[in-house]
Amino acid sequence: MSILAKMKMQPLLSVRDLSKFYGGRIGCADVGFDLYPGEVLGIVGESGSGKSTLLSCLAGHLPPDRGEVIFDTREGPRDTVQMAEAARRRLARTDWAYVHQNPRDGLRMGVSAGGNVGERLMAVGARHYGQIREQAVDWLGRVEIAADRVDDRPSAFSGGMQQRLQIARNLVTGPRLVFMDEPTGGLDVSVQARLLDLLRGLVREMGLSAIIVTHDLAVVRLLADRLMVMKGGYVVEQGLTDQVLDDPQHAYTQLLVSSVLQV
Amino acid sequence: MTDQTAYNFAYLDEQTKRMIRRAILKGVAIPGYQVPFASREMPMPYGWGTGGVQVTAACLVPEDRLKVIDQGADDTTNAVSIRRFFQRTAGVAVTEATAEASVIQTRHRIPETPLTEGQILVYQVPIPEPLRFLEPRETETRKMHELEDYGLMHVKLYEDISRHGQIATAYDYPVKVEGRYVMDPSPIPKFDNPKLGGNAAIQLFGAGREQRIYALPPYTQAISLDFDDYPFAASKADHACDLCAAPDSYLDEVITDDQGSRMFVCSDTDFCASRRAAGHSGPMGTPSAGADEE
Repeated sequence: MSILAKMKMQPLLSVRDLSKFYGGRIGCADVGFDLYPGEVLGIVGESGSGKSTLLSCLAGHLPPDRGEVIFDTREGPRDTVQMAEAARRRLARTDWAYVHQNPRDGLRMGVSAGGNVGERLMAVGARHYGQIREQAVDWLGRVEIAADRVDDRPSAFSGGMQQRLQIARNLVTGPRLVFMDEPTGGLDVSVQARLLDLLRGLVREMGLSAIIVTHDLAVVRLLADRLMVMKGGYVVEQGLTDQVLDDPQHAYTQLLVSSVLQV
Repeated sequence: MTDQTAYNFAYLDEQTKRMIRRAILKGVAIPGYQVPFASREMPMPYGWGTGGVQVTAACLVPEDRLKVIDQGADDTTNAVSIRRFFQRTAGVAVTEATAEASVIQTRHRIPETPLTEGQILVYQVPIPEPLRFLEPRETETRKMHELEDYGLMHVKLYEDISRHGQIATAYDYPVKVEGRYVMDPSPIPKFDNPKLGGNAAIQLFGAGREQRIYALPPYTQAISLDFDDYPFAASKADHACDLCAAPDSYLDEVITDDQGSRMFVCSDTDFCASRRAAGHSGPMGTPSAGADEE
């Protein structure tokens, strides 16, 4: 898509002056950006730089102290910070998805894989068992989980499978915006590679917008169109991913890029 | 009120009754909503009907006629002791006949005889929160009720079907009240679920340990949750009562010896006895009520 066409589009998510304080400490401060449909934004930074706080504020898990998060809902742009809890939850189970770093936080461990995938469908009103199950099996296939595991509980799955199941569970209702908090954390490199491959395919195929928080630069290099670098709660640099990684301007970004081990 | 040395009418002091009646009124006003109340210590252990007893005590007036059933039976320990408790502390008349009673306290059954306007059915509830075993956090379940976020309830039914091929939940089957609150009907068999909705009597639910009261006013809609392709079906043992030959009442299976012999009898003793008194007789029963019991 050309830059001109993009400029005319309504941003899917528009963040202005977002700040969150923990007492006197800064969680994140003065963050602002626009995310356009189909775009993947990476947020990198060291531990404690406010990445996760920012993501929680965006996804409505934490109330920010200041600023607005305007999401282009099906009824037009709305500020999700001012939105009623019920409406925000409805968004969270239809238009949004949230992939936790630890699949145990995002899955129901006592419920079968099919039930996990079907939960969002049932939450938005699906009441036909056969169709729910069909969709669950279809989605398990898309994330490369064999159909005969549909009745197994996630506790019987490996870490990589759990993460893929979590992704299936989140994407089944066809969300438009996916929040990912270190989706490849805690996985070994070959499993990471497959997961990234899968995510990249799904994001392209479904035209998803995504915000990915990570401290792994390889992940953003592969997935993200644009990159935001955070330090101490502030955004210190943002731009196109390749531009930021190949020609870092801020001292911290230079440090971050040069810290990556070359094998 | 009686004199200072004796018990107040129906055991509870007037302030407590007032508090419970307020909770009941609120519950009736918002069908299916769990109203918190300050549950009192009762002279019985939790799990034996402390909630039901408090609701009954708050409803009773001297003119009432009380019936107490436990799993449908009038003559089991729980039923006998609660009935005697109110005979001693309230002096109300008691009965075993469903049609004659004005207040019926029940554990785990709805009587077979249809209830009428003016009757009050009080349920003993162990766990009032239908979402409890799906979501352990009370703050979260309250939020889910507030926001009508009931997808999880169907996940439970989905799991039933995927594991057992059908909805295997046989009691404590959740209902949706007037299209709004999902309610736990106390552990009644799902056979009784169709009697919850559109019932002419007032249905009150008391959970003593969990400190919740909720209610179904007369003629309230209560729909059992299900799937389009796995509709709700009230189930019972595929048998007729061995004593009264009733084909359509809820049955208990009773093991009669060590050789595996068994009989099926109505769980509602009053229903069974009145049928036998009317001349009905099953393969193991005699037409006159009580003749086959010692």
